Amino acid sequence: MSAARVGVITFPGSLDDQDAARAVQIAGAEPVALWHADHDLQGVDAVILPGGFSYGDYLRAGAIARFAAIMDEVVPAAKDGLPVLGICNGFQVLCESHLLPGALVPNAGRHFVCRDQRLRIENAGTRWTSEYTEGQEVVIPVKNADGRYVADADTLAELADSGRIIARYLDLNPNGSLDDIAGIANEAGNVVGLMPHPEHAVDSLTGPTTDGLGFFTSIVKGLIPA
Amino acid sequence: MSSEGSNSPKETRTSFDVDTVASALQTPDHPQPYAELGMKEEEYERVREILGRRPTSAELAIYSVMWSEHCSYKSSKVHLRQFGEKAPETDVLLVGMGENAGVVDVGQGLAVTFKVESHNHPSYVEPHQGAATGVGGIVRDIISMGARPVAVMDSLRFGPADAPDTRRVLPGVVSGISSYGNKLGLPNIGGETVFDRTYLANPLVNALCIGVLKHEDIKLAAAPGPGNKVILFGARTGGDGIGGASVLASDTFEDPGVAGRSHGGENTAQKKRPAVQVGDPFLEKLLIECCLELFGEDLVVGIQDLGAAGVSCATTELAAAGTGGMLVDLNKVPLRDETLRPEEILMSESQERMMAVVTPANVERFLAVCDKWEIPATVIGEVTDHGRLVMTWNGDVIVDLPPGTAADEGPVYERPISPPQGLPSMQADTPGHLPRPSTPADLRNTVLWLAGSPNLASKEWVTTQYDRYVLGNTVLAMPEDAGTIRLDDESGLGVSLSLDGNGRYAKLDPYAGAQLALSEAYRNVAATGARPLAVTNCLNFGSPEDPGVMWEFAQAVEGLADACQALGIPVTGGNVSFYNQTGTTPINPTPVIGVLGVHEDVRRRSGMAFTSDGASLLLLGETREEFGGSEWAHVVYDHLGGLPPLVDLRAEAALASVLINGARDGLLTAAHDLSDGGLSQTLVESCLRGGLGVRITLPGDPFVALFSESVARAVVAVRPNNEGKVVALAEAAGVPVTRLGTIGGDTLAVEGLFEIPLHELRDAHTGTFPRFLD
Repeated sequence: MSAARVGVITFPGSLDDQDAARAVQIAGAEPVALWHADHDLQGVDAVILPGGFSYGDYLRAGAIARFAAIMDEVVPAAKDGLPVLGICNGFQVLCESHLLPGALVPNAGRHFVCRDQRLRIENAGTRWTSEYTEGQEVVIPVKNADGRYVADADTLAELADSGRIIARYLDLNPNGSLDDIAGIANEAGNVVGLMPHPEHAVDSLTGPTTDGLGFFTSIVKGLIPA
Repeated sequence: MSSEGSNSPKETRTSFDVDTVASALQTPDHPQPYAELGMKEEEYERVREILGRRPTSAELAIYSVMWSEHCSYKSSKVHLRQFGEKAPETDVLLVGMGENAGVVDVGQGLAVTFKVESHNHPSYVEPHQGAATGVGGIVRDIISMGARPVAVMDSLRFGPADAPDTRRVLPGVVSGISSYGNKLGLPNIGGETVFDRTYLANPLVNALCIGVLKHEDIKLAAAPGPGNKVILFGARTGGDGIGGASVLASDTFEDPGVAGRSHGGENTAQKKRPAVQVGDPFLEKLLIECCLELFGEDLVVGIQDLGAAGVSCATTELAAAGTGGMLVDLNKVPLRDETLRPEEILMSESQERMMAVVTPANVERFLAVCDKWEIPATVIGEVTDHGRLVMTWNGDVIVDLPPGTAADEGPVYERPISPPQGLPSMQADTPGHLPRPSTPADLRNTVLWLAGSPNLASKEWVTTQYDRYVLGNTVLAMPEDAGTIRLDDESGLGVSLSLDGNGRYAKLDPYAGAQLALSEAYRNVAATGARPLAVTNCLNFGSPEDPGVMWEFAQAVEGLADACQALGIPVTGGNVSFYNQTGTTPINPTPVIGVLGVHEDVRRRSGMAFTSDGASLLLLGETREEFGGSEWAHVVYDHLGGLPPLVDLRAEAALASVLINGARDGLLTAAHDLSDGGLSQTLVESCLRGGLGVRITLPGDPFVALFSESVARAVVAVRPNNEGKVVALAEAAGVPVTRLGTIGGDTLAVEGLFEIPLHELRDAHTGTFPRFLD
């Protein structure tokens, strides 16, 4: 049986693309490099939009990447059920693309924040969180300048009521996100946006924990035909 | 090609009067503003002698920047030669001093290049952009060697933490480093943040970058092969960073009555150009990836980044190191501002630019790679074999000079040297008369006081603004003793780097001060288990025209060269920053030293955190009563006097062997060096890092044991069953061992004296920066 193929998109200014690819590999899948300017998803089984500062975050984080050629392919595929994970800047791109509701704005403290963050997994039912248990507490690095999740009250209520908040910050909210939101999913649970960086918690030598690996093993196990 | 086409310059530019070689021959007595450009009369006369005529304004621009202190090292050269003359025999150095950065063999076919550079004055004028472009510049130096940048560090010095201006400078510098470095995707893995009155109006911002490459991929700054094309790529050239060029472009060069300027009559002298460059990290990130793809396809014969002195420096250095000649059409340089004069183009320090030499056959492919990364690239000239750097503007020759005379044969000065007048009385004013804490309560308070003092307090406020995770290879980062990066996933090959300096020690004795900075960086690297291999330096001093400063400089260089020889680790390159002073008062001499070490397997590294309950804590090394220049004297009495701790390089090397072998054999569960603040501070840091306390018995005088800053010391945590092996290692190396106590609990407890709960230590240690800066 051939391994699942998980695409990682490189936009100009993507920074954690190699790390996401490494995490995919550690999880047992084959990472496939996807280029922003191509209209081609190369038949991958899932897609990751990695962290970084696509287009320098000029204008607004994720605002320009949304118009990349590859997004013309990602958006309809995601609506058809392709699993898509946006990490940090990728989360910002997913919001700008309207695959996820709300927006990410500059941190409440105005500084870039890099710290080992305690999180609670709130929904273990999505394509990217099935290897966790609901309520599980994990430590995963957070590092962002524009990580404060905001949405209108109706959207927040809907996200909470429908279980689409997939992770919340514990102890200390690093960026002032509303309702301590660290990650959300779309209604179908195939599109997930996450501000913390699970790809930096897959190897105890280089990360604070291996707690992030579950996001990648979730998708890999889900893709293996029963 | 679209890359070239999209930036196609006009064939001719604004028709202001330009000084040509022909007009220079016709008007030999035309007055020239060499003094305003910082040139001495004899330097100007030498230019006339070299050229056999007066220089054109463009040539004067080139010589004035290339012969500046910053580019020519004219005051430091005679001293820096010692790094070569006293270099220890080594086979690890693949590229030595003189190139953009030295290259060190780390085994398995891999090499590492690393360098530190100052951006002190720009960071004072405009802290955010000054520091940001400091990072940008050093990263381009590393790319120029053919390497992929893999990490950055920075050594920062500010005025007192509670000074109003520090609240302006520090947050700006940190946000500049943070926004630029983070957007490049380079982990920031260590460095220093130091406060001292001496830096109040002259902060120090020294940025370091580390790159990795295969041996065969080393690139050099040279332009060989007549007919090869010269390509300028990266950002367009603008008016930023032009210092003296505005003097050249002033009316002196315009015939009275010629209304040639395109600024509606406004002349350049009146135009206030920002003197500090503005950085674009997004463009630099693309430039990194573009360069690595160009290197990967072997499309580059020679390469040079554009930093200080911009196009002047890149063309003269590339030509001088290559076949010797180059022909450049300055009209072809893509501009952000079409009104720039040729002298301004030559001196502009616009960021994110590189210059490459490419064979004609590869030009098309080179431009295609640049196009993929959306990097503007333009052929501006070609390599020749006639030994002259020739530049044209609108078809007229405006530069025609032998490039070596600008790049390598600048003036060399033996500046007068004499010890600063106040030094003997300062050295005589030892800290011996300062009252010491004697009661248990006083000792306890001193531990907390030091732990919360600005130089020893937690730097989290700074370091949480830096991405330490990106690239996925960071094994250790601040506040660890050194930053550690994995280079190879399979074998675990990796490197550690530490950057250290101590201006107070160097003020008291610059020869010893430089050696003590080296000692500390060496010890820090060894504490992680890495074998020290090579050295870089950034020498921050006052004005070289002050004989006292020049004496300090000469002493420091000699001390560093002698110590590198003794420790067997060569200097691979460095940077000199003079003129760090306020009025006539120079800063404390501040040599900042970087040491690179190699790990055969980073999985065997030691960290500083106390994490193993029940482990024994051993002190390695000998403690003497040494408080000259100490943190204790500084914090408690604001006292600087006496002599710094005794240098003991033999003991340093012996200690390193124990730390390295102990880590290799898996005997250590933690290792942490002793330096500023002594044993007290080391215990505070290791306890808080690991969240475990320790219970110890102090040997000898408790005050000396806790706060002395004797060199060549470290603590190691060892499981009881390994204690004998570590003691044997130490004894074999001649390193004294003292068993201090046992790790565990939630207090720092000193038998018979005091006990401090970790939460109280944590509050003292972490509260300082937010108190001053938030």
